[in-house]
Amino acid sequence: MADELLSNLAHLYRRAGFGARRDQLKALQPAGYDAAVETLLNRSLPDPAADAFPRPNLMSTLSPGDIETLEERKVRTKARGAQRRELAIWWIERMTIAEAPLREKLTLFWHAHFATSIDKVNEASFMLSQNEIFRSLGAGRFETLAQAVAKDPAMMIWLDSNQNKKGSPNENFARELMELFTIGIGSYTDADVREAARAFTGWRIDRRSGQFNLQKGQHDAGQKVILGKVGAFGGEEVITLLASQPSAARFVASKMWSRFAFPVLPDDPIVTDLANVFSADGDITALMRAVLRHPEFVSKRSKQGLVKQPIEWLVGALRALGLRPSTVTFRPQVFLSALSNLNQVPFDPPSVGGWPQNGYWISTATAHARLSASVTLAKAANLSWLSGAPASQRLDLIASQLGVDGWTSSTSTALIKASDPRSQVTVALVSPEYILN
Amino acid sequence: MDKPMNESSNLSTDVVSDERLPTTDSAPRTEMEVTRRQVLSGIGAAAAVAAAGMAVPARATRGTAIPPVETISSATFSATSGIALQAPPTTAPGILVLLTLYGGNDGLDTVVPYSSSVYQAARGELAVRPEQVLKLDSELGLHPAMVGMKGFWDRKKLAIIQGVGYANPNRSHFRSMDIWQSGVSDQYEVSGWLGRWQDATSTDPLRMLSIGPSVPRALVGLKGGGGSALPNGQVALPGGVGVTNAFVELGKGTAGSELGVWGAKVGASVTNLARVVDQLGPVLKAGSQAAVSTSLEGGAAANGDNDNVLASQLDDVATLIRGGAPTRVYSVSLGGFDNHATEREQHARLLSIVDTALSDFLTKLSSDPRAAAVTILVYSEFGRRVQANLSVGTDHGTAAPVLVVGPKVKGGFYGETPSLTNLDQGDLRFTTDFRAVYASVLANVLGVDPSVSLGSNSPAPIPFMS
Repeated sequence: MADELLSNLAHLYRRAGFGARRDQLKALQPAGYDAAVETLLNRSLPDPAADAFPRPNLMSTLSPGDIETLEERKVRTKARGAQRRELAIWWIERMTIAEAPLREKLTLFWHAHFATSIDKVNEASFMLSQNEIFRSLGAGRFETLAQAVAKDPAMMIWLDSNQNKKGSPNENFARELMELFTIGIGSYTDADVREAARAFTGWRIDRRSGQFNLQKGQHDAGQKVILGKVGAFGGEEVITLLASQPSAARFVASKMWSRFAFPVLPDDPIVTDLANVFSADGDITALMRAVLRHPEFVSKRSKQGLVKQPIEWLVGALRALGLRPSTVTFRPQVFLSALSNLNQVPFDPPSVGGWPQNGYWISTATAHARLSASVTLAKAANLSWLSGAPASQRLDLIASQLGVDGWTSSTSTALIKASDPRSQVTVALVSPEYILN
Repeated sequence: MDKPMNESSNLSTDVVSDERLPTTDSAPRTEMEVTRRQVLSGIGAAAAVAAAGMAVPARATRGTAIPPVETISSATFSATSGIALQAPPTTAPGILVLLTLYGGNDGLDTVVPYSSSVYQAARGELAVRPEQVLKLDSELGLHPAMVGMKGFWDRKKLAIIQGVGYANPNRSHFRSMDIWQSGVSDQYEVSGWLGRWQDATSTDPLRMLSIGPSVPRALVGLKGGGGSALPNGQVALPGGVGVTNAFVELGKGTAGSELGVWGAKVGASVTNLARVVDQLGPVLKAGSQAAVSTSLEGGAAANGDNDNVLASQLDDVATLIRGGAPTRVYSVSLGGFDNHATEREQHARLLSIVDTALSDFLTKLSSDPRAAAVTILVYSEFGRRVQANLSVGTDHGTAAPVLVVGPKVKGGFYGETPSLTNLDQGDLRFTTDFRAVYASVLANVLGVDPSVSLGSNSPAPIPFMS
């Protein structure tokens, strides 16, 4: 696959989607790269299969009253675990069947950016509503998204907004809002955090309905000094102030580039190019377009610059092999165990910082977990497209199916040694070519 | 945020220069290989060293006695031997078990200044009362959940280093944990303090092992070495002979290196996994079979407590140590310490998990001669604020105690207990440089000059090891 356009399209679909087969990429060739970018960005593109896929039916698992027997509590705990698994498998399936894959990719990006874990939130229904916020607002204006996330029940439980009171502010949300969600470390002082925390006092949600309200009696309406600005700021105004900072444009742009191209710091010259586009009105689609069309995006550094996240790796493999969690003959929880061993379970990031990148996914332990999952995937797949072909063509057929440009000599040797189609697909899925994004 | 430190190209070259980190040559080492034949024929390591004319204890520049290092290399240890070494060497190389508590462990609720009225007032209903605390002296006591640790204290095998931290404390979990794990507080650093030890002394992937799915920064090196990770309880490669052979082939030669730095790392992980499974797998397998048979014979659950994720990790560590694995550093961890709200029950539960797991681990090992070489270091990225918040929890703080436990530890208090009244923005002022703790571990457990990891301005070790 020496063709540069084909290689760039494959790269684009790996990063802005979950990979594509070579025949799918060839169909995009005549219209060219920029047209492919626009197709991916087009939010009005119908995605009937994904939209029709039923959302899981999740109920509140809060205790119904003050008195609860041990037996009732056990039932509730069990339901909680079941809902949690159902939700995670639902999203994996949605990503697997999506025909507008960038929407799911951005949803995953924002999930890692505003990283919230079900481990503390404990309500699958709240995690699902947050996921829907990322999906519906994740390509619009950044401030609109940030405002929605700040009042989202999952976030408010996750960062203790619900406990933030006048006179004794809980700083958790205010600190992470500045450090991880908007302007980044180095752009604010500890005093700014303390002042901003006061602005969010009295923000409450109903644990059962998820309904937001401001409890005036617990809200500190006094004057605050934040980033040198003086005012009786409320929480919404703090978010507006933060989102409008030049440091926020740089910070969010650097995160997006780091996630879709290769890791950079906010002071990188590439980030300047992106922030110029993004800072005007915080349009995430414009930022995304600037990332995907930046000359450096299709550079060798970019193509070799990221290791697939486990969720991307699994979803990409499911799509390439024509599998769906709901139609495999074994329990789909197997996929969650695999992701757990790979350190990336949907809705359960390790911390509010989301998942680290690259090196975090490479260890002897993840190599083991990936191999185990590959064995399962290759066993479940219908490989008639491969087993009917002569041995001399099989390596190229696998590359075409997985959307990789080709194999290095050491991987070719290993694939030949694997000999039977099932072992070949297993080993291809753990090859450096496929694991690199 | 996704920490840019994962991208080594940005930082590695300027942050870690040859000037700051001495090369291997400057580290006192007496690399010595004792063959399995020598060990089995009754020539202990010390005798073999003496026979080779190398039984001269190395001395670090600071005059700290350094035990001979590396008297057993992994070449001694072979998968084909099953339980490898029948007789442990008389000068067993030190083994470090690094326990990371993620989330910011509340130091004041771990080593409690129970007699202080300031503490009692600041913590209110979170405070541990004098009648509940496990008293260590007239002012300080352990949290009531730490019964096992109190036992080690009474036997003078628990060192508590007070007020450990660094200047200009950072209250972000991520940045502060990066600082603790890298051992560098005044600039961004990609490598870990143990990764640099590995860089300076060995490329053996078996030498440092994280039990779990990933390798923490503390074990990350810059020279392609660094630590390995073994999933808890895993022993063999899946997929049968065909897949295994092809997988081993995939890791041969220059696997992945044509695909840039990350391709090479993926290739190396394949190579190293094949090696780790080949060499440590049989030990874990033999260990788990022994545990099962003990369990059947004794009728008791000898297989560890599955509800205790830390105990389960430490079970693997114990099995590997007993089996004579060449691993010198084991990393285990427990999360959940970020108790901004309703801390009381949660923290008691977590400390109980830690206490039970560590006590059981040391008890299980105690019948094994290699236990004498084991030292456990327990730390977190920061402590919590002195004043409790109104959610009956505590916010991110600064300095906190570090615990060191093991047979070679000289029990007692070290460092100065931070003042509860002379605070920095409501937080404790650190009294002990965290790198001084690492310096002691490097010198006395790993047997090297601490400067191989901490640079030439490394603080002096704290004498908590015998």
